[in-house]
Amino acid sequence: MMAKTDVSTSEIPMPTTTHAPTEPTFEERKRSRNLGITYLILAAVAAVFLSRRAGSATFRLDGGRSFGLAAQPLAWFAVASLAVLAGIQLWRGFGSWNNIVLALGTVVMFMTFLTWAAAGRDFSLIGMLAAGVKFATPLIFGACAGIICEKSGVINIAIEGLLLNGAFTSTLVGSVSSFWVGVLVATITSALFALLLGWLAIRFKVDQVIVGFFINFFVLGMTSFLSSRLLTEHQNWNDVPTLGVWKIPLLHKIPVIGPIFFEQTIFVYLAFALVAVMTWFMYRTRWGLRTLAIGEHPKAADTVGINVNRLRYRNVMIGGAIAGFGGSWWSADVGRFNENITSGKGFIALAVVIIGRWQPVGALIAALVFGLSDAVADKLSLLDTGIPGEFISMTPYLATIIVVCGFVGRSRGPAAAGKPYDSQ
Amino acid sequence: MTATIAPPTDQPDKPRLNRFVDRLDLISPLLLPAFAILSALIVGAVIIALTDIDRLTSGDIGGIFANIGKAYVAIPRGALGSVDGISETLVATTPYVLAGLAVAAAFRAGLFNIGGTGQMLVGGIASVWIGFTMNGPGIIQIPLAILAGIVAGAIWGGISGLLKARTGAHEVITTIMLNYIAAFLILWLLKTRRFQRPGSANPISRDVTKEGRLPKLFFFLDGDYRAHIGFLLAIAATVLMWWLFKKAKLGFELRAFGSNPDAARYAGMRAALLTTVAMAISGGFAGLAGASQILGTQGYATTSFAGQMGFDAIAVALLGRSTASGTFFAGLLFGVLDSGARQMQLDTDIPLDVVLVLRALIVLFIAAPELTKLIWRLRNVQSADTPTFQGWG
Repeated sequence: MMAKTDVSTSEIPMPTTTHAPTEPTFEERKRSRNLGITYLILAAVAAVFLSRRAGSATFRLDGGRSFGLAAQPLAWFAVASLAVLAGIQLWRGFGSWNNIVLALGTVVMFMTFLTWAAAGRDFSLIGMLAAGVKFATPLIFGACAGIICEKSGVINIAIEGLLLNGAFTSTLVGSVSSFWVGVLVATITSALFALLLGWLAIRFKVDQVIVGFFINFFVLGMTSFLSSRLLTEHQNWNDVPTLGVWKIPLLHKIPVIGPIFFEQTIFVYLAFALVAVMTWFMYRTRWGLRTLAIGEHPKAADTVGINVNRLRYRNVMIGGAIAGFGGSWWSADVGRFNENITSGKGFIALAVVIIGRWQPVGALIAALVFGLSDAVADKLSLLDTGIPGEFISMTPYLATIIVVCGFVGRSRGPAAAGKPYDSQ
Repeated sequence: MTATIAPPTDQPDKPRLNRFVDRLDLISPLLLPAFAILSALIVGAVIIALTDIDRLTSGDIGGIFANIGKAYVAIPRGALGSVDGISETLVATTPYVLAGLAVAAAFRAGLFNIGGTGQMLVGGIASVWIGFTMNGPGIIQIPLAILAGIVAGAIWGGISGLLKARTGAHEVITTIMLNYIAAFLILWLLKTRRFQRPGSANPISRDVTKEGRLPKLFFFLDGDYRAHIGFLLAIAATVLMWWLFKKAKLGFELRAFGSNPDAARYAGMRAALLTTVAMAISGGFAGLAGASQILGTQGYATTSFAGQMGFDAIAVALLGRSTASGTFFAGLLFGVLDSGARQMQLDTDIPLDVVLVLRALIVLFIAAPELTKLIWRLRNVQSADTPTFQGWG
């Protein structure tokens, strides 16, 4: 019943007008100013800290190739380019290029930092980037689960619990039968936990954040209890063969890109596929548009004949299934279960949802940033740089706060998220 | 909405019988938690039974029930049956109460503080710093160290409040992030020369000086009992919380703001200030919890002295319905479960972690009063007001 055909004739202006708006709004100008200040700060950091080290870093790529970068010249290049970007940004802004310029600035700063850290040594750049993609995988699954739930108006704080259940169940069942049966059972049980979340939140109208916390508590308690009650006695129930790398034919031979993205486990490919599929479904199908409708304005959706609560149940279960599948990443990666093995990754996934502005592709990018920072912190603990690895590890969390504060653009959640719907 | 305005129900000149009925209603807030705990124990027993694979396979059903019975007896006996048990219970209870009050205070103002862990860590590290650098008389050093903990926790919590007030950033996200930031900060600090214990390769701080430790609670008894006056601080904090939200103007404003921010704003209350102050008060309680753990229980700081306390505290506050006394007794229940579970693990083969399951179930049945009512066919019990945090704002 969605009036999809004649959007162009309606009085609502199309969001993608061909001519750029002449006057930037207050919000846009504020954002532009904040971005400019950010570039200035980054330039100052590069000038003061990153220009102190001589020598050059050798970055190893795949197939014995490598390239070197001289630390000091690169630092001064970064200072100059960031200063220029800041100037243009503060003077008149980049308009629709803002995000691309931000990405460019970040890459320049990142490379300068790495070169500074690895000056005088060599360093496997490909290995680190591939590890970053690997670490991002469970976050992508968790975030996609969160997006489906929140887009339909149910806040899902329980991503952590659903991931943890996935990790535990897939390990236990995978050990006694086969790996993929374990994954299947993990997917189903997490979907059932999500159903419980939906049931309590929709039928009993318990606050969704509190229900989410209950599920986190319960899954943490149950998995810890079961692992000390069952898995310590029966060691063979806690032993799954880890999943090997599956190189995608042809694609993995592409230089640089190949070894980063196409020499991974199947979980990584499925995560990327999930983002693509979700983007398509969310914005192009009836199901997706209805989901967006019940998340933004359930009353209106109800009026045109959408069964709000039934769709919410269904979407929450789909989200749970995705999170359960994502949780089995741990059993594929580690091969065994330890208490609280997910260690808060579900909460990071929640942040990823928000930074990604409730969009699958945005979440993918945010998850990759978190994954990469994990990988960088891992690597830096091996290189002796003088900056403690703790501060590197801290960066994405600080960045999250900066993002949710709207410093680089406000992100707004689905309007009806968190509110139970009564169809009276 | 009907057009007629209902007469106010709380008139002082109400008939005596009605007042009597009101007083009967006071029992109901206790009734629901009682049924919730009962439900949790029953579901917990089912879970224990279903996971008892050895006895299930040998068909020893009687043994399963005997085992569960033994476990449920062992918990209160272990927690309250001896001076040592009581001492351990008080040690376990103190952080639950203090961190629980932190979450409850924020709940009252309509805010959700998930950052108890981070605020505890920051508070604890501040008090350990005073604790090992000063060597003054305890009468000065201890209050100073406690104050440092409270202030540090209040600042850490206040950051989230300020950010929410100024930019609208949701406190759920900022407090989670500040937890991680605090954890990394403490990990780094505990490896610096100023903090790290000389000769240790692990991130462990120097010891709090003997003068700086909180005095023992059972100093008049023979034997080395761990209970310390942190428990008295928890009682004091409970009273303070009660006074704040029942008697003080600030507490009234916070409550008004929590139940209806728009109305409070129209009434001329300063929303931004209230949000910041609420989170700072909340963080202060959590900081005190950290200080008590460091100065009383541990005597030094590690990276994990706060554990998952920030999350557990949410359960405590929910169970206590965010009131001062409720939170205190909820914390006590958690303390009893924790210290009694050790006895249970000695007496039976049931692992300690069952306590986590029981706690989660209690929270479920408290947070979903409609569910508990449905199970037990309760009709007239008043629903608890569980706090709500609608949307991302």
